[in-house]
Amino acid sequence: MSKSATLWSDAIYRLTRNKAAMFGAFILLILIASAALAPWIAPYSYSFQNLELGASPPSADHILGTDVLGRDLLSRILYGARISLLVGFVATGVALVIGVSWGIIAGYAGGKVDSIMMRIVDVLYGLPFIIFIILLMVIFGRNLWLLFGAIGAVEWLTMARIVRGQVMGLKNQEFVMAAKAMGVSNFSMFRKHLLPNILGPIAVYATLTIPQVMLLEGFLSFLGLGIQPPMSSWGTLIKDGVESMEEYSWLLIYPGITFTVTLFALNFFGDGLRDALDPKTTDN
Amino acid sequence: MINIFIKRLLLAVPVLLAVASLTFVLIKLAPGGPFDADKAVSPQVLKNLNEAYNLDASEWEQYIDYMSGILKGDFGPSFRFPGRSVSEMIATGLPVTFELAFYAILIALVIGVLSGVLAALKRNTYLDFIPMAIAMIGICVPTFLMGPLLVLIFGINLEVLPVSGWGQLPGDKILPSITLGFAYAAYIARLSRGGMLEVLNQDFIRTARAKGLTERNVVIKHAMQGGLIPVVSFLGPAIAGLLAGSFVVETIFQIPGLGRFYVEAAFNRDYTMILGTTIFFSAMIVFFNLLSDLAAMWLNPRSRD
Amino acid sequence: MRNFLFIFLIFLVSCSSSVTPVDDALDKQIFHFGNGSEPQGIDPHIVTGVPEHHILISLCEGLTIPNAFDDDNLPGAAESWSISDDGKTYIFKLRKNGRWSNGDPVTADDFVWSWKRILTASLGSQYPDMLYYLVGAQEYHTGVTDNFESVGVKAVDSHTLEVKLKAPTPFFTGLLSHYSTWPVHKETVLKFGSIDDRNGEWTRPGNFVCNGAFNLKSWELNNKIVVEKNPLYWDASTVKLNQIHYYPVSNVMTEDRMFRAGQLHVTSTLPSQKCPVYLEENNPDLRIDPYMGTYFYRLNTTNPYLNDVRVRKALAYSIDRKLLVDKVTKCGQIPAYSFTPPGSNGYEPTTFIPFDPELAKQLLIEAGFNSENKFPKLEILFNTNEDHRKIALAIQQMWQQNLGIEVELVNQDWKVYLSREMVGDFQVSRAGWIGDYEDPNTFLDLMRPNRGNNKTGWEDQNYDSLMARANSTNNQVERYKLLNEAEKILIDNMPIIPLYTYVRSYQLSPDIKGYNPHILDHHHPKFIYLERD
Repeated sequence: MSKSATLWSDAIYRLTRNKAAMFGAFILLILIASAALAPWIAPYSYSFQNLELGASPPSADHILGTDVLGRDLLSRILYGARISLLVGFVATGVALVIGVSWGIIAGYAGGKVDSIMMRIVDVLYGLPFIIFIILLMVIFGRNLWLLFGAIGAVEWLTMARIVRGQVMGLKNQEFVMAAKAMGVSNFSMFRKHLLPNILGPIAVYATLTIPQVMLLEGFLSFLGLGIQPPMSSWGTLIKDGVESMEEYSWLLIYPGITFTVTLFALNFFGDGLRDALDPKTTDN
Repeated sequence: MINIFIKRLLLAVPVLLAVASLTFVLIKLAPGGPFDADKAVSPQVLKNLNEAYNLDASEWEQYIDYMSGILKGDFGPSFRFPGRSVSEMIATGLPVTFELAFYAILIALVIGVLSGVLAALKRNTYLDFIPMAIAMIGICVPTFLMGPLLVLIFGINLEVLPVSGWGQLPGDKILPSITLGFAYAAYIARLSRGGMLEVLNQDFIRTARAKGLTERNVVIKHAMQGGLIPVVSFLGPAIAGLLAGSFVVETIFQIPGLGRFYVEAAFNRDYTMILGTTIFFSAMIVFFNLLSDLAAMWLNPRSRD
Repeated sequence: MRNFLFIFLIFLVSCSSSVTPVDDALDKQIFHFGNGSEPQGIDPHIVTGVPEHHILISLCEGLTIPNAFDDDNLPGAAESWSISDDGKTYIFKLRKNGRWSNGDPVTADDFVWSWKRILTASLGSQYPDMLYYLVGAQEYHTGVTDNFESVGVKAVDSHTLEVKLKAPTPFFTGLLSHYSTWPVHKETVLKFGSIDDRNGEWTRPGNFVCNGAFNLKSWELNNKIVVEKNPLYWDASTVKLNQIHYYPVSNVMTEDRMFRAGQLHVTSTLPSQKCPVYLEENNPDLRIDPYMGTYFYRLNTTNPYLNDVRVRKALAYSIDRKLLVDKVTKCGQIPAYSFTPPGSNGYEPTTFIPFDPELAKQLLIEAGFNSENKFPKLEILFNTNEDHRKIALAIQQMWQQNLGIEVELVNQDWKVYLSREMVGDFQVSRAGWIGDYEDPNTFLDLMRPNRGNNKTGWEDQNYDSLMARANSTNNQVERYKLLNEAEKILIDNMPIIPLYTYVRSYQLSPDIKGYNPHILDHHHPKFIYLERD
């Protein structure tokens, strides 16, 4: 266990030295905090309309301007953060749970079980999930949980592959064999020995999956299939912004920047995590 | 390797059948039918329509009918466009989407590999940072944002490129291809940089250099073969992603491809069209995944399962 | 390597033409038409939409055609007609020089066979009721009889068509400009299938034969349809256009950009946020034409809370229609105080719906709802569309503010929305109706009992008998009086809440002449030509 301890402290040291990753982490913290505190810090409710005002550029009353119904853009971006980040984390969580369980079982069991399980993954890899998601969204459109599940179902495959690879590598290491010889139950094995060691790659991949998920949600919103109003995510804000980008450019610029910056932050942080945990790929 | 190819090909058949069956079930679960229209259809007329399209038979019967049709290559008539068969519509849309995807992947490969290799060779210099920064932009700016922005700049403000169409006006294939390919160029740039870095650190490269071979020789003949394996493996999922991305790009630029057909078929409950395009997309994805896996295996005999 | 790419791009870019399609079309007399969506087909007896109409009007011709200069229809395939005194018998004299595009003469038998086709139930046409005004038509269509001789249409001789109606129908000639009454070429249809074959290939380019001003030249799915001038058309000398190119552009933003980039002469619509902008900058290409359509909300009267007429009126009286059209739709729409758009063929309804929040609150209290007995949450159903959402949001706020009623917005995909409306699974539902012909009957008929398009569950026998009486008289003045009475009953019972009268908003290139406003948005291409001032 001392092996993983130094690995961790090593990794943390490297991570904190990575300026891009730290910057990303900082941005993320601000975003998550703003999203969580949105009901208290947002100047207006996200649905409050001011029909007389209509769309207006940034002003003292509305720091980022208003949309065509007179709703404050800053508030909508803050509330949108809640939805987008929620989709990102929950859907990734779904992918995580399925993928990690699948990968651990397959990798640890080995042999025929592993063969069948990974064959299933291979097969599923070849399916046009996007097609099914579109169909599902068209049919059952208003269900947020379905959205989480559907998106999660797309992303778990790679997670399973990575985890299984890691587990296979670990399986044959001394400490695992020793634990087995001592009669440790499978469940304890997963929990105490394998899981801590694969936490690294899982964290990396999870951090890099969140932006994928958010892009996917945006893509669905653009086609009219994602989050349904009155809830609106950054994806729907961008979609609305694209439609008025010539007349009311601020409706596109601010949500667009927020979205892009968030994705940047997640990617930088994820890259940093990966570099920190895997010494071979650092730029030294 | 032929064995593996054949095995995978045979495996694809039940996969496609499963895809078709799953889609069939989903469609049948969907509320709203193909003949619902704003002007209410009288029960009499609805009955006639359902009869004409075999929708009055039991679900099981319809399923069997449809599946046996597919095995013969008959995807049935389109529900939304009387007089057109699904095969015919796929035949018009598929080449367009193919062409779009081809240009996109070409752009992605050329720009991606060139910048990635360059970045790897000139590591930690500006020639590394700048392409990688642009790559980051490509990954973080969604296609549905990039497309309209490009249209705004080049189509409306500068007026040098058409804002829509495919094959109608000269130059109308440029913006859609770039929009679709840019994100993949970004991924490929990062992958090839990473792959090249790993290979360039290895002993046999040092040996080659020590032997006095030119840098160009070293890079192209020795390094790239191994360094680009991640790129080749990525191609399979990339094609899948491109097909998905085509939905958005075809919508933005009004391109008459299969992606747009599919989205509209889903909205219009054109059952047969939905089934037909789903099966086709799946077949293409399976096929390309297979090709890219084989290519990766060929390039690196060590990557066996 | 970087340089290479740059040069390559510049090279590509400079290859693009600087002469726009619109410029190029001027000499060639080609009309570039933005058509909104890919047409389902071009079989006039099967299709149901507006994009299909735009194409069909250039390919086929009915007995009458729309007028570019005023509202009364002009002679089309029929050069003249006479109506009996009791208004129930029409004699149409067909043109001797009327030709199908393959040279065959257009005869009365063609019309008889065509109307038989659309009334053949197994064809599955969705507009057979257009011809239900004919004697025996409904019976034939619903299978009561299978003898077409019993239907009131006969070819007296090769160029004389006799039509017998059940009742005097003053709007009958107007009805004839709807494509469901247009003829199809019998030999061509039968060559590729039977009379009731929906999937016959007779509509393909190369096979298609019809009697209109243009011929079908090519059809690239989801890309472009091209029609070219038909030299055999009886009035070919009047037709100045050589070709029309129809583009099925479904994305309204893309269509707008295409127009501004000179790729289209006319758009099918306008992005709603562009309208106020174009209005303000006095954009000369902007067109806002009156349109015979009403945007309204359906109320499900079978719902226990909406069953009470006072509740329905309260809902109607607490909507500020002026605010809606001025601040939400912002494109010159007109607040509606009646179901039938005013001015439809001279009909002026005298109904009115006040904006009176106090009265509305009063009515709600009278109906038994107050602070102890709160009115339950209402659900507004609409199909997923930003414009409908904006209106629903505004009304949500109005009902909240003026009546204290909580409202939930539920948007569904188009097909789901339709199926829910059809089975009555809604409380309040957004709806729109465009007239099929220019007469108030096309609106008021909807709300009669047992009409498929009623969907509100409201049935009033007085209303029904007034409508029946109005449709059995030939005297237009008396008719309009009766229709107005019916309209009053409708507004007094409020099963539907009219919101505003539609307008047709679109962009039109100044090169296009002869594309004049028409209340039903019918523009016959033979009056259209290109000319640059």
